[in-house]
This record gives sequence, structure tokens and C-alpha cells, in this order.
Amino acid sequence: MKQINTDIAIVGAGSAGLCAAIQAANTGAKVMVFDENHKAGGQLFKQIHKFFGSREHRAGTRGFLIGEQLLQEVENCGAEVHLNSVAYGIFDGNTLGIVEGEPHHETHYAVKAKKIILAGGAKENYMAFPGSTLPGVMGAGAAQTMINVNRVLPGEKIIMVGSGNVGLIVSYQLMQAGADVLAIVEGAPKIGGYGVHAGKIRRAGVPILVSHTILKAYGENEVEGAIIAQLDDHWNPIPGSEQDVKCDTICLAVGLNPMTELAYMAGCQMAFIPALGGHVPMHDEHMETTVPGVYVAGDITGVEEASTAMEEGNLAGLSAACALGYIDEAAAKEKEAAFLNRMAMLRSGEFGERRRTAKAEQVAAFHNYQKGIGVKDGE
Amino acid sequence: MAEKTRRVVEHPILPAQPDQKKVTIYYNGQPLEAVEGEPIAAALMNAGIRAFRKTVKLHEPRGIFCAIGRCTDCMMTVDGHPNTRTCVTYVKDGMKVESQDGYGKNEVVVK
Repeated sequence: MKQINTDIAIVGAGSAGLCAAIQAANTGAKVMVFDENHKAGGQLFKQIHKFFGSREHRAGTRGFLIGEQLLQEVENCGAEVHLNSVAYGIFDGNTLGIVEGEPHHETHYAVKAKKIILAGGAKENYMAFPGSTLPGVMGAGAAQTMINVNRVLPGEKIIMVGSGNVGLIVSYQLMQAGADVLAIVEGAPKIGGYGVHAGKIRRAGVPILVSHTILKAYGENEVEGAIIAQLDDHWNPIPGSEQDVKCDTICLAVGLNPMTELAYMAGCQMAFIPALGGHVPMHDEHMETTVPGVYVAGDITGVEEASTAMEEGNLAGLSAACALGYIDEAAAKEKEAAFLNRMAMLRSGEFGERRRTAKAEQVAAFHNYQKGIGVKDGE
Repeated sequence: MAEKTRRVVEHPILPAQPDQKKVTIYYNGQPLEAVEGEPIAAALMNAGIRAFRKTVKLHEPRGIFCAIGRCTDCMMTVDGHPNTRTCVTYVKDGMKVESQDGYGKNEVVVK
């Protein structure tokens, strides 16, 4: 099998992977990026809302335009981006197995890299209830992909389950695309996402039903309706509160989980941190995992949002290039300080605090593992 | 086949897409208008088709869940290849798309 050698190989050309590529390639390192999709940019091209943060976070710019900017920067930086390229495995000696090309016409090769950055992102959680496998029940992100990228409505009368930022933002975007959002159903007693997003939903006249759940979806061959009900203080449905809602689509915005398969395969030690979406690879302050030379960035290290993913990508790309001697430590330190500062801002405030604590726990887990603390026999 | 369109044409933020090339695909033998390069799943959804396959044991309908090629709920037989993820397989003129019951047409292979 053909083997290609490179300095840095990056898996995933989304917000984190592209930023890592730009940082690393701008130091002069040879960088290759692999992404299974036919277009780079990951989830950015679905995000048509304006981003938050400061000017350094490109705040006020819509996600898909940030995607365009990153594609331009990555083209200028000299990194090689391989699309339609699946990294199906990671083997000893920091080698990736790649299958590249159109379906049924692929070529197969290995990439041996001095440093590997895993930036494969996350996937949406599923929520089981009777009827939840019917066509018409889908992830909120899936609906967002259908309307904003593929430009097709998945349905016309929609119930959104979950009032975190994804549920709120996608509800609004479904309305912008021409659908009716009948209600947002939220199990918790309060709205999960930002007030500014919830306000837009309410001004549009869509009820956000807190302390409510979906009991079942029904329909012959696809969704024709749903039964929703109110929950008591112990999250049990209140008898008699059931409502039959005629809808054709049910979107699940119930969180995401990191796509950690390659990290597991590489042998990275994992920490279980529910606030970050489940099992996440332990990493140090420079995004390097417990497997030397394997770095992580973006949602694979814990589900946050695109701005943070970009900063983690910046940090991982810079750290990998610095470890290879492409940038001297003093210059790297200065850049790193700026990335860390912006990341701290993104993880501040009422909503960011939980993620900030969780990320600190993840880094602490890395150091404890290196010291042998909390490691069971045989591990 | 449903006549009305579900396409998002006018949008407050996203630009218009005047340069789309229309092609024909065949869904279970019936011609269906599609946009070249769009995912097969998008073309079917536009036509109001949302049940793409049936499960192996209980023959229950399944359709799009994740739309990013992860969950494999949207698999169909495309140009004779069973288990093709229609959310990340892109339309070409003349493509033959068939709903799949269980393992699909190459069932002999997986027995």
C-alpha cells in the first residue's frame, strides 16, 4: 500500500481542523487535512445565525460566512485538503488509513505523520420513545442541514424537543425556511439556551413548554402526530395533561456526543465528563492526548460550540508545529496566550462556567493519569 | 408523487440559487426531478418521500435521522449498490434509487 509522509495530519476539516491547519501550515509545516465530506467547513455552513463573542471571535458574522473565510485562509496557507477522504483507522507509529474518492472508485493509502490532530466533531444524541424511529423524527442538526445546506424542508408542522441553543436556533431557522414550529418541548423547568434566542422564538408566537415531554409519536408510515404531556417535580408525566399535537416532523435537540472512535483506536485515555457530552479524550494544556503526538481539538474533546472549536484548533495546530520546531517557543507562547485568553472568554459567564469547570477537570484527569493517580490495576 | 415543492427558495438570509441544473432520477422506477449535486435524500424529501427503507427483522419504515452520514438510517439501493447512505450520496442524472427492504438486493452476499 502506498504510504505518504507528512509533518502534521489532521482528521476533520470543520471549524477546529481548518484552524489547526491554518496555524500549523503558516509556520511552514507540511500539513494534510482529511475529511469524509465533499465540502470542507464542517457544520459552519449550516449556521446562518450571527456568532457571539468579541471581534476576535468573528462575532456578529454569520457561521456560513466564517466558513467561507476559513476556506480562503486554508487555501492561502498551503495545507493540502483531501475531501471525500475517510480516515478509517489509526495505527501504530501515528499512521492513518485513508480511503479517498467517489463511492466505488476509491483509492486506499496510508499517511504517516509526525503529529496527528483529531478534529472529527460530534454527532447528535437520540432520544427513545414509542414511535421515535418513524420517518419524520430526526435530529435538530439534521433538519438544519436539510433547510440551510440542502434547501429542502423536512416537514411543515414541527415539534422541537429540547430548548438548548440548538433547539432554539434551529426552531427559528425552520421558521425562516418557511415551516411552522408548533411548540418547543423542554423537560426541565427552565429554558436551556440563551435568553436572546428564546426571546426571538417567543416573539414569533411559538410556545416554549417547559416541564413537558413527548410521550410518543404516531403515524402509519411516518409521523402524523405526537402526544405531549406535562411533567411533575419528579419528571413523571402528569395524568390528564396529555395533548395530541398533529405534526409531521419531530426534531430532537437533546445534545451531542463526541465522535471519539479514532481517539479510542489510538489508545487515548478517556475521561467521563457528562457536561462535555460523555467520554472525552484526556488532554494537556496544549491539546495533546495521553498518546504522544496525537492531539485533539473541537467537539471531539467535549461538545461546546464553533468559536471554542476554532480556538482549540488554533492551539492544537500551533502546539504541534511548535513541537516539531517550526516556530520558536517564545513566539508560540505569545500566540498561545491570545488563544487561551479568547477561550477563557468563551467559557465565562453563567452558561460558560459549567464548560470551563468541565474542561479543567479534563486537563486535571490527564495530569493525574500521567502521575498514575486514579488508574486501576491492569489499565 | 407529491406535486408541491418543499424547496427553500426565498430566504431572508441565504442567497438565491438561480444556477441549479435540473436532472432526472428514478425512484422505484418513477422519474423524479432533482437538482444535480444535491443529496439523494433531499430530492426525495422535496417530493414528499420520507420513508426510505424497511428494517431487517420487523420491516419498519426508516428515514433521515442525522443527515450527515453517521446513523445509516437513510440507506437505499442506488444504481444497484445496496446500503448506500442517501444523505451523503449526490444526485447524478439518470440515477436509479430504490427503497430497500432489509439488507437490500444483494442479500445473497450477507447471508
